[in-house]
Amino acid sequence: MHKSIVCFPLSWPRALPGTLVLLALLLALALVPGARAQLTIEITGAGANQSPIAIVPFAGEDRLAQALTPVISANLQRSGLFRMIDSKDVTPLPSQPSEVRFPEFARRGADSVVIGSASTLPDGRVEVRFRLMDVGRQTQLAGFSYTVTPNQLRLTAHRISDAIFERLTGDVGVFSTKITYVERQGNRFELKIADADGSNAVAMFTSTEPIISPAWSPDGTRLAYVSFERKKPIIYVQSLVSGSRIVLANFRGSNSAPSWSPDGNRLAVVLTRDGPSQIYLIDADGSNVQRITKSSAIDTEPAFTPDGRFLLFTSDRGGSPQIYRLPVTGGEPERLTFEGTYNVSPRPSADGRGFTFIQRSGGRFNVAVQDFGTRQVQVLTDTALDESPSFAPNSRIILYATEVKGRGILAAVSSDGRVRQRLSAGASDVREPAWGPLLKAQ
Amino acid sequence: MLLAAALSGCSSTPDTTEQPGATIENRDIGGVQGAKPVPGIKDPLVQKPVGQPEISSRPLTPDTSPAGALPSVLRDPKSMLSRRSVYFEYDSNAVRDEFRPMIQAHARFLLDNPKFRVTIQGNTDERGSREYNLALGQRRADSVRQSMAVLGVTERQMEPVSLGEERPRATGGDEASLAENRRADIVYDGEDKPPVGK
Repeated sequence: MHKSIVCFPLSWPRALPGTLVLLALLLALALVPGARAQLTIEITGAGANQSPIAIVPFAGEDRLAQALTPVISANLQRSGLFRMIDSKDVTPLPSQPSEVRFPEFARRGADSVVIGSASTLPDGRVEVRFRLMDVGRQTQLAGFSYTVTPNQLRLTAHRISDAIFERLTGDVGVFSTKITYVERQGNRFELKIADADGSNAVAMFTSTEPIISPAWSPDGTRLAYVSFERKKPIIYVQSLVSGSRIVLANFRGSNSAPSWSPDGNRLAVVLTRDGPSQIYLIDADGSNVQRITKSSAIDTEPAFTPDGRFLLFTSDRGGSPQIYRLPVTGGEPERLTFEGTYNVSPRPSADGRGFTFIQRSGGRFNVAVQDFGTRQVQVLTDTALDESPSFAPNSRIILYATEVKGRGILAAVSSDGRVRQRLSAGASDVREPAWGPLLKAQ
Repeated sequence: MLLAAALSGCSSTPDTTEQPGATIENRDIGGVQGAKPVPGIKDPLVQKPVGQPEISSRPLTPDTSPAGALPSVLRDPKSMLSRRSVYFEYDSNAVRDEFRPMIQAHARFLLDNPKFRVTIQGNTDERGSREYNLALGQRRADSVRQSMAVLGVTERQMEPVSLGEERPRATGGDEASLAENRRADIVYDGEDKPPVGK
């Protein structure tokens, strides 16, 4: 059963062209509708340049189960790259390009204005249209029309946010991506998936034993993770479409740290079946185990580079944990980190420019980034117990786990360090986040 | 799906005083039974010199299956076999001499009772990368395995695994709690948990 968003680009001001774009909403399928738990978000900081934008409430959206413009405004505001210009009191509220009084918006300080409408069709679906207008030039920058079911309205707001973000910043938007994390309450551990803004959290797996190291398959349809349900660490791969799972690795000793290859066919994992913790490759069905590192030290936390050619990993072969890079085909690892005595948890950015990691310095553990080319390190946070950093698929934001007042929360920092967010889940402990992939239009 | 028991969650507070090279207070590991002889009960194990595994034990009848009730001697506070925890210094996986009598007792039991298996669970304290800590815990479990292997116990009867930082026994941020978590436990197959208290 596939639900899809049907999306038509709108041009100025003619009728709709006939292009059909189908997006498979894999993550909307067959999930147990758990409690509608939500992560709450607070943001601090601002980007170097904030684009002033007015989001006009869409005509007809107050009759919908889910209004769109509050979600769009929250998304753009949360990025730190936009300044919201108030427009609720503009009368009448424009929903068509011919109704926009550009001088009024210019007077309020807006560079762009977003208008739109939503109407329910006889079959119960909703038609949503929006246009992004340039105030100064009084022209349309982007416009789309969507026909969706009512439970796809929030996702539609995220898609509109992506379109606005991309048109105005030049970067790919990640508002319609997903994140995964582990939530702990007492002796109950839940592996959850939520929207990138923390809403719509759904539990994929629940256990009375710990869950760590969730890893998204590149196509977003599977999660690999480590479960202690049998009193030792075992790697599972679970389908997000069917909910069923397989044991990927349960060899002698501990099995952990799964990382998917970019083609989704195999994973790098850490096994102790030969004694020390070492990195192995394994096919996604659990066959074809092949040892990659050959030391008697700890080699762990493998992460494929986006071109699939290298593994970044943590090793203490030199006496203290540092980050190395090794061709997947084998060879001598190259050490990458040289500052301090504890550099761990490498994750490369999708653009191939560098990686994020955790650096311990003065007893504190902080998120840092290093550029492959310049080798320059930048520490991005001033919290003290950071762990598990991962890049958003546009390489612009890093999601990580940290602790505030003894409780585990998630946090995000822009890759230039300027914008910060905190995501917390009430009284629970949240940890082990991983940012999901872009779901491409086909 | 599995539901929760009402146990309180773990929390930890940053301890910025533990740096590499910090001295560990030399103490009787709190509450370890058998470290002092119980008055009135002669426990020959405690006085035996290191390296003399002359432990009297009775082999159990062959049809005592591990899946059934485990022999009570494994949980008898008067027996060395109820002691299950090896503690480690900061950043170390060396097995200290004080734990050798206990390890010898378990090795003897396993050699005499080939149907029994143990899992050796390594643990670490909570700071730093979870996966790196998982590997550190594995090293500790493997050290205990190695100590039993030199006494003749084979891999068939022992599996070293790691719980890393995920199942701490102590949740304070003080030095005593951190030390409590730097630990490997010997757990017999069929047991849910080793007897705590230690």
